Formats: sequence, C-alpha cells, structure tokens
Amino acid sequence: MDKPLLDVQHLSVTFGGQTPAVDDVSFSIARGETLGLVGESGSGKSVTAFSILRLLQPPGRITAGRVMFEGRDLLTLSERGMREIRGAHISLIFQEPMTALNPVMRVGDQIAEALLVHGQAARGEARARAEELLEAVKIPDAARRLRDYPHQLSGGMRQRVMIAIALACRPPLIIADEPTTALDVTIQAQVLDLLRELKARYHLALLLITHDFGVIAEMADRVAVMYRGKLVEHGSVRDVLRHPSHEYTRNLLAAVPGIGGPTTP
Amino acid sequence: MTTPLLDVRHLVKHFARKQGLFRAPSVVKAVDDVTFTIHEGEMFGLVGESGSGKSTTGRCILRLIEPTSGDVFFRGENVLQFSTERMRLARRDMQIVFQDPYSSLNPRMRVGDIVEEPLVIHRLGTKPERRARVAELFQLVGLEPGHVMRYPHEFSGGQRQRIGIARALALNPALVIADEAVSALDVSIQAQVVKLLLDLKERLKLTYLFIAHDLRLVEHICTRVAVMYMGKIVEVGDTRALFNRPTHPYTQALLSAIPVLDPDAPRRRIELDPRSFERDAPLREIGAEHWAAVQ
Repeated sequence: MDKPLLDVQHLSVTFGGQTPAVDDVSFSIARGETLGLVGESGSGKSVTAFSILRLLQPPGRITAGRVMFEGRDLLTLSERGMREIRGAHISLIFQEPMTALNPVMRVGDQIAEALLVHGQAARGEARARAEELLEAVKIPDAARRLRDYPHQLSGGMRQRVMIAIALACRPPLIIADEPTTALDVTIQAQVLDLLRELKARYHLALLLITHDFGVIAEMADRVAVMYRGKLVEHGSVRDVLRHPSHEYTRNLLAAVPGIGGPTTP
Repeated sequence: MTTPLLDVRHLVKHFARKQGLFRAPSVVKAVDDVTFTIHEGEMFGLVGESGSGKSTTGRCILRLIEPTSGDVFFRGENVLQFSTERMRLARRDMQIVFQDPYSSLNPRMRVGDIVEEPLVIHRLGTKPERRARVAELFQLVGLEPGHVMRYPHEFSGGQRQRIGIARALALNPALVIADEAVSALDVSIQAQVVKLLLDLKERLKLTYLFIAHDLRLVEHICTRVAVMYMGKIVEVGDTRALFNRPTHPYTQALLSAIPVLDPDAPRRRIELDPRSFERDAPLREIGAEHWAAVQ
C-alpha cells in the first residue's frame, strides 16, 4: 500500500481544562479517499481539523502527536511553511459560507486572491481562472456572477463559491467541516453531488466532518467516530453502519429517526 | 364528526418587500391560501424547507404575526376576530416552543422565573402556589427542581429546550406549536427531547403542530403530515399514505434528497422541475386520507 497522504498520529489537544479536547487521536487518509469524521457537538471533531492546519486559537494547544502530510510533520513546520500548506495543499470548507466569505469583496476577487496569494496565477489570468472555477462548481452564468457580492447569492451558491476557492490551487486534500449542515436538504443533495463529482475529477482526498450518518453513508469510504475527544470506532463505512462495535456508535445510530429512533407507539 | 381543535382556512400572509425609494414594494406571499385541520390528540407535522412559510403559518395561528386574511378556528371560534384581551386568554390554550434554546430564554432571568412568568402574566395562583407549580413542571420535563435559581447559560442545549417546554406547559395548554423545537439539537439529545414531547402528549392529552424540516423525524412521530412549498401546502395526508406514495413532484424531490443511511442503497435523486406542476393547482384527493396539489 502507498504511504497515506495524511497521517495523524497520537494527536492530543488541550484547552487548559481537566479533560483534553482531543485525546490520542490517530487516523490516516490515502490519496483520493474520503474519510468521514463523525461525532456530536463538543466531540472534538472540528478541533481535530483545526489542529491539522494549526489554526487553533489560544488557549487551545497541541500537546502531543504528529501530523504527517506529504512526508513532512506539519506540527514542526515554520509558520511560513504552514502558510504555504494552507489553501495550496490542504484547504478548508466551513459550515457557514456567509461568515467565511468576505462580505465586501466580489466573489471573483476572492477566488482570484486565493490564486494570487499562492502564486498560482498572474494577475492577468487570475480572472479567467476564477471564471473557470465558478464553472467547475456549476454556477450558472459564471462570468456575470464573478462581480456579485456574497449577499447576492443563495446559501447553496455561497457554498459553491467556498468550494471554488478551496479548489483554486488544486490541493490534494480538502477538509470540509459540516459543509452542508446549514443548507436545506435539496440544496445539500446538490452540493454533495458536486463534491463527489469534483473529488473524482481532481482525485481529491476529503476529510469530511459531519454529525450526519446519512451524509457519511453517501460520501465516505471510511468513517471515524469521535466521542469526548477520543476516536471510539474506525472502519469502512459499510462495517461501521452495519455492525457498529462501540456502544456509543450504536446509540448514535439508534437515535437517528427511522433506524431505531423515536417512533409513535 | 367532532369539531377539530384547530381549523385553519385560507390563511394568507403577505409581506411587502421594499425595492428602493422609487419603486413600488413587491409582495412576498409567505403564506398563500393554507388550509388544514388538526384534531384533538393529533401530532400534525408541517414540513418544508427554508422560506416555505411553515414557521410563518405557526406564528399566524397564535397571532404573533397578524395574518393578511383567512380564518383560524380554535375549538370552533375564530381567533382572528378576538380582541386583544380575549386573545390573551386564548393563548393559555395555545403555546409555542421555539427552535433556538439560546435566544428564546432571557439570559438574565433565573430559569425558575422564566417558567413562572406565564403564570404571573396571567395572574394565576399565589406566589407559593406558582412556586409549587414550577417545581412540578421541572419534574415533568425531567429537570432538577433544585435548579430553579440557576441561569440559562448553566444548562446544555437539550436542558434549555426542556425549560422552553416547561414554560409552554405552565398554563396547561391544549395545543402546543413546536417550531423546529428539536432541530438545533444533537441527534442523541434530539431523541430524548422527542421522547419527552411524546410522553407529555400522552400524559397531558396534548395536541401538537410539529413544524420541522426533517422528514425522517416527522415520518416517525407524526400522525398526519402537510408538505409546504413556497407558501402553499402541496401535499397533505396520513403519514403512512404520504410517505408510501409521495405524489407531488416537490414531495418526491424532497424525499429523494434525504441521505440514506445504507451505503449500498441506490441513490435516485429526483430533481425538481418547476415546470412539472401547476403552482396554483388545488389539493385533490388522491387516495384514502391523502391529498396532493396535482392535476
């Protein structure tokens, strides 16, 4: 087997409290693979993602572990080296596109900025590339939409712009933190279809953070379940959904309406 | 047949949307001729996506928003004709639980006072009687009666939602409108709060209007369901009938968009084609206890 693209080993994170926010977490992602990281609020799944990119805000602090990416340990990289990784090699899609996008900047300029910052395009061609990217994420009438501000777009369209920015530098890995949680279910379906298609086209690896096992079942190859900072279960999506071995996973699945969840007597 | 507990007829709510200084405001038809009935003891689900008008419908029923036109009969009386004073009395029987357990509780009030407040407003009982009632309500919704002196921030999201439920139940209502009451909660907490709502329904003989966007949840707890799309009910009926044979193109698209928990299940997304149906088509009976706005 090839070396994994991302290999997180024994990661621990504290916010200064009694219990660590992330406690000895290890997982890996191969090129082109989708790993679903699932858990409820406060389980540490987003903190894990932020730690990989070293975006933790104090008092959050990584206390142990290694994050191997393309042969380098991201935790020992200089801040300058880290800036090169973020966006160009690993990009991040947030849950709330309205707060993640700059409200006073045209979306075309925001996409172009991602390209310019990483020296991926000269000023002259950035605009054309931005248009291509908007087309890649299936925004109709891309040339005109470049001039729109975020508030002129619907929630689904904004999330497509976020995906376009994430794709701009063709990173091998995208971390998506609850990318469809704020969207209506029909829009979610479209965004998931788009992510699946782009993943195949660009051979992307995806770390998909979600609380929704349905999204995991549709998107992920493997799944890791987090509970109170620990990885309690880890395996292929089929195995974990069919034969959850940890009690927490079983309870979580049982709470999903229609599986074993609440029903009228 | 008995009088339904709630009978909503041709409910309309239009909002004027300003388009700028020199242009006439455009009209948003948030609720556009909505008719449905809820019988005593029912758990009636009203589902739809953002902007479908489901929450506006709920608020119009309680006159938290004044509807543009239509009728809302509660136990046979039209609440839209009630005076302010009469409406206040009527609200004892109709209560609402909101979605966001963070913004719907006053952060500077002790939770005991929050639950007691409806009793104070309606001038019910003496102080000790109200205190006893609050303790009883805390117990009823699974909260520690000893925690009445705490503030909302000391509670988790699920516990806050229980406080909201206790406040809604303080006046012994007959109808509870749950407006996305469990949508913001984690799935395991959601299951507990849903179980509480179902328990309370049995114990207190409550009737629910359950407003939600989660069809999976509605399918499993509601007796009847109405699907709203762009201000109109496009399909309504017995839960089993509707989910077994979704007929309106929007219902079909909505159901097909829900992620399936089985990784081997075939994905068959149905995209909504707005030309495939007539927006103004009336509801037509298409089966036993099942209506859809299709030709």
